[in-house]
Amino acid sequence: MAVTTSKKASFSQATWLVAEREMKTLVTTKGFWIGFLFTVVALFALTVLPTVFGGDNPKVAAVGSAVQVVQGKQLDVQEVSTVQEAADLVRADDVEAAIVPDGSGIKVLALNDPPNDVIRELVQSPPVELLEASAVNNGQRSVTVVVFGLVFLMFGMGGAAIAQSTVTEKQTRIVEILVSTVPVRALLAGKILGHTILTLGQVVVLALTAPIALRVAGLGELLGVVAPALGWFVPFVMLGFVLISSMWAVAGSLVSRQEDLGSTMGVVMLAVMGPYFGVQFFHENPAVLAVMSFVPFTAGVAMPVRLFAQQAEAWEALVSLGILAATVTVILLVASRLYTGSLMQTGGRVKLSKAWAPAE
Amino acid sequence: MLNVRGISRSFGDHKVLDEVSFDVRPGRMTGFLGANGSGKTTTMRIVLGVLAAHGGSVSWQDQEITPQNRPHFGYMPEERGLYPKMKVREQITWLGRLHGVERTVAQRNTDQLLEDLELTGRANDRLEQLSLGNQQRVQIAAALVHDPEVLILDEPFSGLDPIAVETVLDVLRKRAASGVPVLFSSHQLAIVERLCDDVVIISKGRIAAKGSREELRQTHAGDRYEIVVAEDAGWIRDVPGTTLLELDGPRAVFESAPQQVLKAALDRGEVRSFTPVVPTLDEIFKEVI
Repeated sequence: MAVTTSKKASFSQATWLVAEREMKTLVTTKGFWIGFLFTVVALFALTVLPTVFGGDNPKVAAVGSAVQVVQGKQLDVQEVSTVQEAADLVRADDVEAAIVPDGSGIKVLALNDPPNDVIRELVQSPPVELLEASAVNNGQRSVTVVVFGLVFLMFGMGGAAIAQSTVTEKQTRIVEILVSTVPVRALLAGKILGHTILTLGQVVVLALTAPIALRVAGLGELLGVVAPALGWFVPFVMLGFVLISSMWAVAGSLVSRQEDLGSTMGVVMLAVMGPYFGVQFFHENPAVLAVMSFVPFTAGVAMPVRLFAQQAEAWEALVSLGILAATVTVILLVASRLYTGSLMQTGGRVKLSKAWAPAE
Repeated sequence: MLNVRGISRSFGDHKVLDEVSFDVRPGRMTGFLGANGSGKTTTMRIVLGVLAAHGGSVSWQDQEITPQNRPHFGYMPEERGLYPKMKVREQITWLGRLHGVERTVAQRNTDQLLEDLELTGRANDRLEQLSLGNQQRVQIAAALVHDPEVLILDEPFSGLDPIAVETVLDVLRKRAASGVPVLFSSHQLAIVERLCDDVVIISKGRIAAKGSREELRQTHAGDRYEIVVAEDAGWIRDVPGTTLLELDGPRAVFESAPQQVLKAALDRGEVRSFTPVVPTLDEIFKEVI
């Protein structure tokens, strides 16, 4: 008898080996790093750029007694001696407007449009008292919706790598060796685990980068509001990812060739894009947003946004996470049966009913 | 010993396997012959547990094989496949580990196999960079890296050039000699003839013949003999009770009454050779299917 140097790999060992290979394969592709870098850069750009572009004070020229009026305002003032000189500067587009004496008061000279930003500075605004003050304004909320949405979209679509890897295994027929070696469930679990770990790593990097981006943007005071929302965003994104990735795996197992992948990817793409657009369109409607924050597919973006806008309590987030976790469990069970049923079938596209049918 | 007992399988209404039974003995190379579509691959897949049987059983060391107690199989599927973008050495080691072999042992086995299969120089190339013949050798390594207890190889020699066939043969013979039962299918009868100890012939989902190569030949030898004498052997047609089948000067092939013919030949003069005619596998194959 031959000396057997091995025991069978346990389910967890097999799962880990599959996960390890998936991760190694993915991090050695260029696309992975390009996508990730793009996300980091986009995140920085979204946070930092508005301050950079919006940060400059309007340039004005001031003449004589008008100089006192503009002092202390958010204006970049250039003093000139005559009205004519000031007007020339306006014509030459060196300044946005000129502020010149006019009788006892002042007058604003501009080229062809009333310079609203300059006028706003010169007007005495009445005191405002907000009855329901919020730590975040609408602009900040919009940015958060876009950022959370983009991150979710990015990772959700990244899950397509699972479908790709499944099809590769079917197409090259290595799947026969794999299936005769380890349980099919270990293959599925390993794929989801590997990609989830990678995604978690990216989310953590982004979550750590976000505060830096905010500081650079001079929005440090927002940090206290963003941090808890970010903290909630991580578990939501992770569970959301597992949900989506099990669907990606099934999409991959239903076809036998890369070229056919498009035919099964549609539903999954809808499950990723739908929530993204839903939240983008309806984030200003508290009622719709509230509903979406409990629906498993949209919860990943909607609930963190509500938390950020301080529209939701912690218990709501926990309930939503619970619903999401329960859905993930159900989908995983369904996916594992479909995956098992379709993995060894080759040829055309496997019908869902056939994949679901008990093994012969 | 691996025993296949009465396995059947249908795809839809089409019965692909019908009560297939045979044994694969330890330390022996068992050739599995059959025309295309005769059920070889289906049988192998069932043995491996990749496909379910509709009846019958497969047992290893007198225990029915279940998903829990499957022996360590080394499997080479008919449709070759490994990860195209994974490096050769990394891939073989990974597959070894997936079979439960410790990392260091898997690496050692991989290096040894790559050396035996003359692939050491390609160890760090991606699989897709290798020629098809070399990819095939890698596939053999993938089937062997975990020191399997049973080897199931579907057409291991197809696509190999004669030198590669020898290399692979050496590696497989070594495994068989160490006590591993080896079942391999092939349609290249000449290779099987040279290589296998036991033969199983399947035809249209049924076992048409099985046994050791020698046994089979004896069984199918019939009653034919070849004789070579000093001069023309045409006289044999006059020996009662015998039929002359072929005549080529002093060489003749005849059927029945060997002793009478031999005696007559010796009476006439010198007998240079006298042998029973053993059919080739090719002939047996054509006869039974």
